[in-house]
Amino acid sequence: MSGRTLFEKVWDDHVVASPEGEATILYVDLHLIHEVTSPQAFDGLRLHGRPVRRPDRTLATADHNVPTEPLSVPVLDPVSKRQLEVLEENCAEFGITLFPRGHENQGIVHVIGPELGVTQPGMVIVCGDSHTSTHGAFGSLAFGIGTSEVEHVLATQTIPQQRPRTMAVNIDGELPVGVEAKDVALAIIRQLGTGGGAGYVIEYRGSVIRHLSMEGRMTICNMSIEAGARAGMVAVDDTTIEYLRGRPGVPSGAAFEDAAEVWRTFRSDDDAIFDQEVTIDAATLSPFLTWGTNPAQVAPVTGIVPHPVDDADRRSLEYMGLAAGVAFRDVSVDVVFIGSCTNSRIEDLRSAAAVVAGHRVAEGVRALVVPGSHRVKAAAEREGLDAIFLAAGFEWREPGCSMCLGMNPDQLEPGQRSASTSNRNFEGRQGRGGRTHLVSPAVAAATAILGRFATPAEVTA
Amino acid sequence: MNPVQIIEARGVPLDRSDVDTDQIIPSEWLKRVERTGFGRGLFSEWRDDPSFVLNQADYQGAEILIGGARFGTGSSREHAVWALMDYGFRAVVASSFGDIFKNNSSKQGLVTVEIDDDDLQELLALVRAHPHTLITIDVASSTIEVAEAGWQRTFAMSPMTRERLLNGWDDIGLTMRHEDEISTFEARRDVERPSLRGLFDDQGRALQSSH
Repeated sequence: MSGRTLFEKVWDDHVVASPEGEATILYVDLHLIHEVTSPQAFDGLRLHGRPVRRPDRTLATADHNVPTEPLSVPVLDPVSKRQLEVLEENCAEFGITLFPRGHENQGIVHVIGPELGVTQPGMVIVCGDSHTSTHGAFGSLAFGIGTSEVEHVLATQTIPQQRPRTMAVNIDGELPVGVEAKDVALAIIRQLGTGGGAGYVIEYRGSVIRHLSMEGRMTICNMSIEAGARAGMVAVDDTTIEYLRGRPGVPSGAAFEDAAEVWRTFRSDDDAIFDQEVTIDAATLSPFLTWGTNPAQVAPVTGIVPHPVDDADRRSLEYMGLAAGVAFRDVSVDVVFIGSCTNSRIEDLRSAAAVVAGHRVAEGVRALVVPGSHRVKAAAEREGLDAIFLAAGFEWREPGCSMCLGMNPDQLEPGQRSASTSNRNFEGRQGRGGRTHLVSPAVAAATAILGRFATPAEVTA
Repeated sequence: MNPVQIIEARGVPLDRSDVDTDQIIPSEWLKRVERTGFGRGLFSEWRDDPSFVLNQADYQGAEILIGGARFGTGSSREHAVWALMDYGFRAVVASSFGDIFKNNSSKQGLVTVEIDDDDLQELLALVRAHPHTLITIDVASSTIEVAEAGWQRTFAMSPMTRERLLNGWDDIGLTMRHEDEISTFEARRDVERPSLRGLFDDQGRALQSSH
């Protein structure tokens, strides 16, 4: 009998019941909630007179629609304000720990789980948000759920699931200079397509993944859903353990070493077999951007707008206001956004700041940095990164999802073009009529300085 | 949810691939705390265009939406399902679906019918040629049929989803039949994998210092 994959180990470890002909019922170790996908779930509980089964396995933060102005600026949109109040009321009623706007632990749900150390190897983690796949970087099985499922988890602390298939994505070789985790993620989505991962859990493997920091691994797992996969995972190693050491949610002293010993077992056995294997040669990667309205429409920053091959491509180019054959270096941008659950962690901000240092944002470009959490923001300020960004003409804002999805006041105007470190370039995603190009933090920074798409090498040279 | 057995209705051809959930219901609608009223936001960025297919007289009152490949990819927002149903759709036909969207649909009784692209193109052609033609979706036999054209196909649906749709079962009720197993598992789990208890004070501040 062959060994088990990482996914199979975590799955097997959480099976509560496997009723004949029905979905497997999995136990949920950690349920993260936020203001947008939870209110109707709490209403459902009240309607049926059901309690929250495990408030101590549930954690809430306000992130999607919070303004990123200082706390002294009130939430002006009455609908957003009400939604944030409803989250506070629900958490108070059901006894759930909440980090509201302005709280020292508040931030994007997929940033705070890992940085507080409540995201741990071998867990099943769910959240009413498709980018929950981020937490898989810690060797946990983490996936997004809908509001009916949020209600189900609140009531039962379990989730019925059909067992997905397994896919190994192997990325080996040396990453070329200027290529970041985000570029790896875009390369994977380009290769798999937006539906290639549907029905699978992906395990990211290979020398490139092993050498990446936890921040980089989170960026790659985060965008699993953009390739259609609900979950992405990375095996536990020293990098995982050292990231977690000393964080508020993990044990200390000898108890930490005991936990780490268990955590290290969350890796695929050498003889484990995957349902599908995909290989990517790191040497073929370069700084990338998306040129269309789905995240598989990827090209090198140094390249040209591709010629459309079908109606979907033509529709994308029309929406994006781009002509085939034009060099991206000749395409100017209006807005640069550095933030989101994909790229708002300290390492992302360091990477961008290293490019920005000593330069000025190009005339006419609005550039903003939105740290992923108050802890990230404080860490960046201790390192002086805020000063670098502010001196260059960037806005330095309060944490939240912000311009990634345009639910709060940070939005593109119709026709505006952005270079964005976020995860979705869908039509209207960052504001009605807005045109989004997904890029890495370093490319975003270089693009802000030159006012047109640029690789970091063009600025630092 | 209400049981769904047979849907007999007209179709509307939304012949686009990669219709993501941001298109189905834009994020500005996600600030609402209610579960109803999302139909007004359905495809709202496209509905301003008078030529958009939902605005065409021929397709008013159609209850089956015919999409393209990868319908409902993107965000986990169940609001996309609520918007489609609030607008009046009872089923979506496509050559593939986003996983979370398909799952969310099954919880609400919106039927997702997955057929080959060739079959999808045939269905689109039938509906375009005769917008008032009736399409029949039979959940029990997993068939989709245009009787007047003699066109019928079967589609794959998990037995579990089919039973839930046919009976209108509540998932939470189904799971709670396993209360004993959950409690047993949980007792062991609480030892192996401690909860958040004791990590934060009543103000949400971390009790253990960190780096």
